[in-house]
Amino acid sequence: MTDKVEIALTINGRTHRVAVEPRRTLADVIRDDCGQTGTHLGCEHGVCGACTILLDGEAVRSCLMFAVQAQNRDICTVEGLQNGPELHPLQKAFIAHHALQCGFCTPGFLMLAAGALERNPDIDDEELVDLLSSNLCRCTGYENIVKAVQAARAEMKAASMKVAP
Amino acid sequence: MTAPKSQIGASVPRLEDAPLVTGRGAFVGDIAFVHQLHMRIVRSSYAHGIITAIDTAAAQAVPGVVAVWTYKDIADLPPIDFREGSIEKLSPFRQPVLATDRVRYVGEPIAAVFAEDPYVAEDAADLVMVEVEELAPVLDAAEAAGEFSPGHSTEPVICRQGYGDVDAAFAAADAVVELDLAIGRHSGVPLETRGAIGRYDAARDVLELHGAAKVPHRNRESLAKMLGRSTAAVHLYEGHVGGGFGVRGELYPEDILVLVAAMRLGRPVKWIEDRREHMIAANQSRQQRHRIRAAVDRDGRILAIDDDFYHDQGAYIRTHGTRVADMSCGILPGPYRLPHYRVNGHFRLTNKTPAATYRAPGRYETNFVRERLMDAIAARLGLSRVEVRRRNLIAASEMPFERPLMALGDEVVLDSGDYEGLLDKALARCGWEELEREVAHRRAAGEYVGLGIAMYVEKSGLGPVDGVRINVDATGTVEVITGGASIGQGFETVIAQVCAETLGVDYRRIRVVHGRTDRIEYGIGAHATRATVMTANATHVAAGKVKAKALDMAAQLLQTEAARLDIVDGEVRLRDGAGGPSLSLGEIAQHLRPVSPTRGERDPGLAAEGWFTTKHMTYPYGVQVAVVKIDDGTGAVLIEKMMIAFDVGRAINPALVRGQLVGGFAQGLGGALFEEFQYDERGQPLSVTFADYLLPTVKDVPEIDILIAEDAPSACNPLGIKGAGEGGIAGAGAVIASAIDDALGGKGLITRLPVTPQRLKALIDASAHS
Amino acid sequence: MKPASFTYHAPASLDEALGLLAELAPQDGRILAGGQTLVPTMAFRMARPAHLIDINGIEELRRLEVVDGWLRIGAGVRHAWFEGDRVPGALGRLLRKVVRHIAHQPIRTRGTFCGSVANADPASEWCCTTATLDGVIVAQSARGTRRIAAGDFYQGVMATDLHEDEMVVRVELPLLDDATRSGFCEFSRRAGDFAIAMVLAAYRIENGRIAEARIGVGGAEGAPRRIAEAEAALNGQPASAATFDAAARAAAAAIMPFDDHNNTIEFRRSLVATLAKRALEQAA
Repeated sequence: MTDKVEIALTINGRTHRVAVEPRRTLADVIRDDCGQTGTHLGCEHGVCGACTILLDGEAVRSCLMFAVQAQNRDICTVEGLQNGPELHPLQKAFIAHHALQCGFCTPGFLMLAAGALERNPDIDDEELVDLLSSNLCRCTGYENIVKAVQAARAEMKAASMKVAP
Repeated sequence: MTAPKSQIGASVPRLEDAPLVTGRGAFVGDIAFVHQLHMRIVRSSYAHGIITAIDTAAAQAVPGVVAVWTYKDIADLPPIDFREGSIEKLSPFRQPVLATDRVRYVGEPIAAVFAEDPYVAEDAADLVMVEVEELAPVLDAAEAAGEFSPGHSTEPVICRQGYGDVDAAFAAADAVVELDLAIGRHSGVPLETRGAIGRYDAARDVLELHGAAKVPHRNRESLAKMLGRSTAAVHLYEGHVGGGFGVRGELYPEDILVLVAAMRLGRPVKWIEDRREHMIAANQSRQQRHRIRAAVDRDGRILAIDDDFYHDQGAYIRTHGTRVADMSCGILPGPYRLPHYRVNGHFRLTNKTPAATYRAPGRYETNFVRERLMDAIAARLGLSRVEVRRRNLIAASEMPFERPLMALGDEVVLDSGDYEGLLDKALARCGWEELEREVAHRRAAGEYVGLGIAMYVEKSGLGPVDGVRINVDATGTVEVITGGASIGQGFETVIAQVCAETLGVDYRRIRVVHGRTDRIEYGIGAHATRATVMTANATHVAAGKVKAKALDMAAQLLQTEAARLDIVDGEVRLRDGAGGPSLSLGEIAQHLRPVSPTRGERDPGLAAEGWFTTKHMTYPYGVQVAVVKIDDGTGAVLIEKMMIAFDVGRAINPALVRGQLVGGFAQGLGGALFEEFQYDERGQPLSVTFADYLLPTVKDVPEIDILIAEDAPSACNPLGIKGAGEGGIAGAGAVIASAIDDALGGKGLITRLPVTPQRLKALIDASAHS
Repeated sequence: MKPASFTYHAPASLDEALGLLAELAPQDGRILAGGQTLVPTMAFRMARPAHLIDINGIEELRRLEVVDGWLRIGAGVRHAWFEGDRVPGALGRLLRKVVRHIAHQPIRTRGTFCGSVANADPASEWCCTTATLDGVIVAQSARGTRRIAAGDFYQGVMATDLHEDEMVVRVELPLLDDATRSGFCEFSRRAGDFAIAMVLAAYRIENGRIAEARIGVGGAEGAPRRIAEAEAALNGQPASAATFDAAARAAAAAIMPFDDHNNTIEFRRSLVATLAKRALEQAA
């Protein structure tokens, strides 16, 4: 047990000041110290992607970073995806296309897709499937996740929307 | 908000989704209680051995550690019993909550650390020193049985079933086909690991288990019995559940420990399993080896099947007893007529993680075995694989078809089914003849491409009885209180759809309660694909009663006859759009309040209970067809075409049905090509991370053509439902094996799952050299 | 699966980092770069460094630049940097072909080229690349700088020539003649998994014949290397199917694959034959 370090994490635009040991992963601190439990832990060794968040707009696995590394970065989690009461096109599409069953992998997929669509609204189907192969789902067999992300891509293209901070 | 015309049969969006897509789910890891402790389990790193010493002093000295328990601290606790009740013959093989003098698998709980913080708990767990005198592990369920403990064999029972005169049938056969087949050890592996929070509410003297799943009411009974409390003093709470697949929700040692610790340490105790632990401690499944023979006549008709199989149960017998092996015996014949049958299921204990049920238990395995047999019979007699199956199918005119067999304690009575009809639909749908020609053409050009088929019968709707309570409040919101459970399958939505249609309200005005033993006294949970059949039918009954009560009250208020009234979108009005006054259900509920002057002699509340009883399980059935190509340079398998035809009786929500079939197939594909719990010669598990236990990704799952058939509604329930939860996975191993075997020339080279590139490349290289 | 305790250091300069490494390496201190390999290892508690020296804040390490005909890849350069067209010419094309095979996008966003090289996992695509292209690993410590040829750097599974107090500050790859064709092929159970075997092929065509052929095999042996026998079967030959076949067979015969629980020696050998042929075809 080492001394705790005081850090400030900016999650979905809000600053959380917490004191954590350096060994605490970013995923654990987001969940337990900052109370944002939407980001899930499926494996804690960087394979399943359930812990995916956006770090300065790019999808990363929060179980593979220490919280102390994430200061002065812009962290976006699933709780910040919607715009007030208005759901993000991806969230709406996941519901409309039955892209979730147990919902455990869902936040990870949402953030993975959100980051990619934001950076490259014209991502083609092959790249999209390649991207989605980053994360594991055990319930749906993936087909509806692909459909939902494709539908969101179309809607976002039409609206030229930006991911909510 | 107008309700859709018909809500049963509509692919409406799910009620469950809103919190889950916004990160507001309440999975057990998300729940925290003030002042809670964290539990970490110290697990055996030996597959078999005698514990000679456990030293917890260093662990106890770690700041933040509140207690470290070993077996001695819980010596008064009995081992975990079987879900169906005590079974004397199997009792010696039950798992103690913490290992006593022996360890029998890597991962077995030996000690429990309770600390202020999960990181600290893990630090302390590392410091618990366990000395074990290693013993040779038993790793092959088919080798000669040995000693489990003094007086008890590693083969506690042989599950035997059969009928007819098998030996005479073999003597009279035109041909005998014999196979030695094996299914690799694998399991559900949900994305959320197990977890549990024990909390003792001293103010009410209630012991709470949070993070329950699957069978909360049954578990509550078991826990109450184990801990010497009344069921009124034990309550289970199911929040969101990240996949069950049969694995989550059974009672495990960790569930007992958090409860006992919560009482004794006076603080809530939270335990969240990590992934490595899950791979070595949660129920495994599927591993069987079958030595099977079929006696056939020259036309390919099966006269008899004689099967000896070895079921690798692992180190202990857990809550399911011998159910999976029993099921395997009873369901092996599938959709075929089988005049004579003998099966011996050798139930064997080994030094691996204990096994239990995983989606389509006993069926994934036996479908693989039986369909390999059908392909082999076809090959032996030079008949088409389709024709051999067709000749053996039970005809629709023979339904209901009784087999003198038992599965899940129920006689096997195939309630309804047009197997040949579905076969023909499937063949037409996938264009079988054209596929055969195409595959033959490509093979002639040197490609390793194959076409496979599998037929199977599923089982669902395990009764015997379920009940729900429905209550409509003053706002017109309908609450359906069930004893069901949600493991992610869309339970709430399906129940709401049935209630909506029967009662006459929009499904979005319905709240469905499940997994709460404190809201309803009885429940069947969610397993064996029973929720849709049982709970939905009970809902239908209760909703009918609520409707009748509403109409009766409304008839009085509107001064007309109840027969002239109907409920549309939550409003009681005259039938056939005749206009006139209407009353909302909320208003009617107000009139039924206890103090309401208009209530009359009626019982207060716009509410009713409904029960549904069924005598038999129902048996949906399916056909799967696959085209695969083997990359002859690497041995990798690509599924080029995949079709599933499945009879669901009646689909309440087609999108959810499709989701179950596709999701289940993806798991089945995993077991056929990727997933296996491997052990080394010392019994050390080798598949402990997601880097070595391979779950299919989006790139591994093909596009699937799904044909949902509703031709043969179940005769066992008024809604005609059969359930689809296990229909996609059940035939996946069989059909993929069939297609790969065909790609290699149909010589019966595929005798075990999973089929790996390494194996295929070796077969291809060997045949290239010969 | 929570990591064991460590003291965290976040130096702002390379000198500071090297000073810390000199002091702390003997006390089980390690460099933290991308973390995509180190952190999971720590989660399993297979590694329990007492000190982590986080180099992600060191700006001077985040350089990807061409100097004197060599591409210099600083220790802070992420895998993802090679996905676009930051690196020009034939080398850039080659690196783009390879990078697609490394794990998955979120891993590539954090993981570093040099971290992968220093880790020396046989399944590392960059290790195979540096060996095939005869790259140079620049190792620095408080005591000074060493330039180590790739051929001397990789010594076996997860074993390199690095000393305890040394850090890979950059890797240098020679720019390739612009007419260089390249192909990369690997085999893994699923997309993004650790490769069971891989082949990187590069060559030019001169007067209708293959010249300056490079064939590197990774994942099959303890360390990646160029296969001279395969290159000999290519140089001076026409770029035909027959030539590629011969070279592929030569590569397969020349290697001494290791076996593991799931992969036999024969399987890896067979794979290398397939992958070499396909990499050569891809390059053509």
